[in-house]
Amino acid sequence: MPSFDLQDAGVRELNAYLHSDGSADQAVTVEHPGGKHNVAAGAMHDTRVDIHGHVGYYCAGMNDRALVTVHGNAGPGLAENMMGGEVRVRGNASQYCGATAHGGLLVVEGDAAARCGISMKGVNIVVGGSIGHMSAFMAQSGILVVCGDAGDSLGDSIYEARIYVRGRVSGLGADCIEKELGEGHAAELGALLERAGMDPDPSGFRRYGSARQLYNFRIDNVSAY
Amino acid sequence: MANKIDPSWLRESAAFSRPVIREIQRAAREGIYDIRGGGAKRTVPTFDDLLFLGASVSRYPLEGYREKCDTGVTLGTRFAQKPLELSIPITIAGMSFGALSAQAKEALGRGASEVGTSTTTGDGGMTPEERGQSRYLVYQYLPSRYGMNPVDLRKADAIEVVVGQGAKPGGGGMLLGQKISDRVAGMRNLPQGIDQRSACRHPDWTGPDDLEIKILELREITDWQVPVFVKVGATRTFFDVQLAVKAGADVVVVDGMQGGTAATQDVFIEHVGIPTLPATRLAVDALKDLGMHREVQLIVSGGIRSGADVAKALALGADAVSIGTAALIAMGDNAPEYEEEYNRIGTSAGYYDDWQEGRDPTGISTQDEALGRRLDPVKAGHRLANYLRVLTLELQTLARAAGKTDVHNLEPEDMVALTVEAAAMARIPLAGTDWIPGQGGF
Repeated sequence: MPSFDLQDAGVRELNAYLHSDGSADQAVTVEHPGGKHNVAAGAMHDTRVDIHGHVGYYCAGMNDRALVTVHGNAGPGLAENMMGGEVRVRGNASQYCGATAHGGLLVVEGDAAARCGISMKGVNIVVGGSIGHMSAFMAQSGILVVCGDAGDSLGDSIYEARIYVRGRVSGLGADCIEKELGEGHAAELGALLERAGMDPDPSGFRRYGSARQLYNFRIDNVSAY
Repeated sequence: MANKIDPSWLRESAAFSRPVIREIQRAAREGIYDIRGGGAKRTVPTFDDLLFLGASVSRYPLEGYREKCDTGVTLGTRFAQKPLELSIPITIAGMSFGALSAQAKEALGRGASEVGTSTTTGDGGMTPEERGQSRYLVYQYLPSRYGMNPVDLRKADAIEVVVGQGAKPGGGGMLLGQKISDRVAGMRNLPQGIDQRSACRHPDWTGPDDLEIKILELREITDWQVPVFVKVGATRTFFDVQLAVKAGADVVVVDGMQGGTAATQDVFIEHVGIPTLPATRLAVDALKDLGMHREVQLIVSGGIRSGADVAKALALGADAVSIGTAALIAMGDNAPEYEEEYNRIGTSAGYYDDWQEGRDPTGISTQDEALGRRLDPVKAGHRLANYLRVLTLELQTLARAAGKTDVHNLEPEDMVALTVEAAAMARIPLAGTDWIPGQGGF
């Protein structure tokens, strides 16, 4: 099993390995990440990566196919622009986690800070705890599940992404409204929770999405701009 | 019957000119600010306010058409394993597929490749047509991240982190719904026909310290192969350039207020940012202050139209220039043969700037398939290549006249300023004097 101790090896060496064909179908362990940035950035093969410790900015950025698990906390921009695969954080994640991510599954078992899922473009995000303000800002598509509470301005200027929140929502952003939780939505939510390894009852969640009133500029909506 | 008016008796107000009156009337009628394409139309100090001195008794010229005058430039020599080696110091600026038709993007690639220079993607991602026809393609990394993915990132010959652009520093963008075809919508992960907002700031970093980490991330993902550019709109240029260099940029792109946009509020275009002329000098000052001039390459853009503009930018210390609006014109934008169609949409050839509407009769700034088919990418690309060759010949002509065997040997000492303003901004002596405003004690 390939192993990288970031006390000795550089992040560059790890990432170069994850970009190489030799990393396909391998299980890689990373020790002593020490809050370093860009750990496992741009992984592009079916590789299992277990990072034991805390990571800094942009861990698993643009992850394409790898299964990355951080056994610790993650700094800003976790799994930004992720395309596929799965990224899981056992602890908490800082701001912008899952920003602009296009696909795959991002699981934060603890809390996620502000702007979780900002401008998300198809990723599915499951947060076991709570999320900060301005999360899912301009979220385009994909699903954000929050088992705890959500901060202010949730889903501001949201497009077609879907949000499920189990706890309290401090406030909704522009053009974001609560919607009915239908059977299809509950099934979708239940399947996602199961994939994420979480067991809350889907019926205890509320669904939020776009009112679609700001999709085309109209001067009558000027107070919303 | 109305009395005949003698126009010589009418006095137009300087404050409330006819265009101003028309705009007030339009605003009152429509209740929305004016959105348009292009760059600043107001008169600002430009490279036209500088002159080359040419050779004389004390300077020895090179023979035109015979003696060699090199034009090549290498961009990204600081960290990248594969710097961009271009034949000419004139590149094509970022313009999005979405704002432009697929045919126009292909033509830009064809034209640039024909003369050995680069083109740049724009908001909305990389199209196969553009990649396929571009020998050197710079992939823009924008706040919206529309179409951004690591596969295309690794296909790029350079990455350009866009912090801002000259037409709207500090502003985002809006691609109006009428230009959102199924293909554009698909590339941007959004429904067809809705307005698509491009954010004004990046979603996952704020400030220069974060930018440094972001640049490192992009280098890691691309295994340090290609250069990373940082593009800024010309505002606090000295500081912006220094911060970009400290954040690790290989190349800094400074876009002056004359730089074009596909769709921005007129008030933004005309009233925010500084002209390309002072921005160029400020950027060079910033690089020299850090001891990084020529180590980090400088590209300037915004209102570059002729080989003279290119030569003056290089003489002030830029390594290359970038063109956008001029490239579109070379391909056919505002062509007089479409005058009747321009009239039908309320404008005239030479004035058309409603690039946001998608009704461009030339097939350039549109997503209408029928209009787009009017533009032959091969012919339009060749016209662009011709134009780039002319710019290069003009540049060489001026450099040879100043006795330079390489266009990058042009220097401020080769020029004088025609106006006090240009002298102050470019820090070039006013013609006929040795006076540079702000220097020499008065």
